[in-house]
Amino acid sequence: MQTHLGLLVLFAAFVSTIFAVLLRDEPRAQLRFGATLFGAFVIGAVAAGWLMLPLPL
Amino acid sequence: MRATTIEGAQGTNPLVIALAAWLIPGAGHLWSGQRFKGLVFLVVLPAMFATGLALQGRLFPFELQQPLVALAAVADLGIGVPYFIAKALSLGGGSVLAVTYEYGNTFVIVAGLLNLLVVCDAWDLAAGRK
Repeated sequence: MQTHLGLLVLFAAFVSTIFAVLLRDEPRAQLRFGATLFGAFVIGAVAAGWLMLPLPL
Repeated sequence: MRATTIEGAQGTNPLVIALAAWLIPGAGHLWSGQRFKGLVFLVVLPAMFATGLALQGRLFPFELQQPLVALAAVADLGIGVPYFIAKALSLGGGSVLAVTYEYGNTFVIVAGLLNLLVVCDAWDLAAGRK
């Protein structure tokens, strides 16, 4: 689990859960918002990583 | 549900509810009658904090000479009682050499900051603004 991707997914799950429950009141809206946020976190991070690939360390 | 929420917190000083919400993540929402939200905060925020400590994250000291370290310490403290438990158990020493050190710091700091957001929400609920 201690890989970049694994920890990213875990972090995204924690933060998405809190924001979804905090910002939405209905269970269905919480689920939808949480899933969207989680997807945005993971896809956004992977996309940003991919874009940075050509950059020197 | 909203009427129940306001009723549940009625007559209680919002400051007291905010203090409870800070000390025990989710306590403010539980007090205000929002059981599901309160339980989620009660489980997820301490779990995130504990994960950060397990990843060798550090509980930063209050060093005013280093403003960023002091800010991180304030964020760490945002989680409430779990912070004091970790301190009492001598956890949160952090290991700079650990591969997961920065990840751990991020988990611990963000857990504290998220709890501060939850405290603000509990305050608004108690004050009847939501």
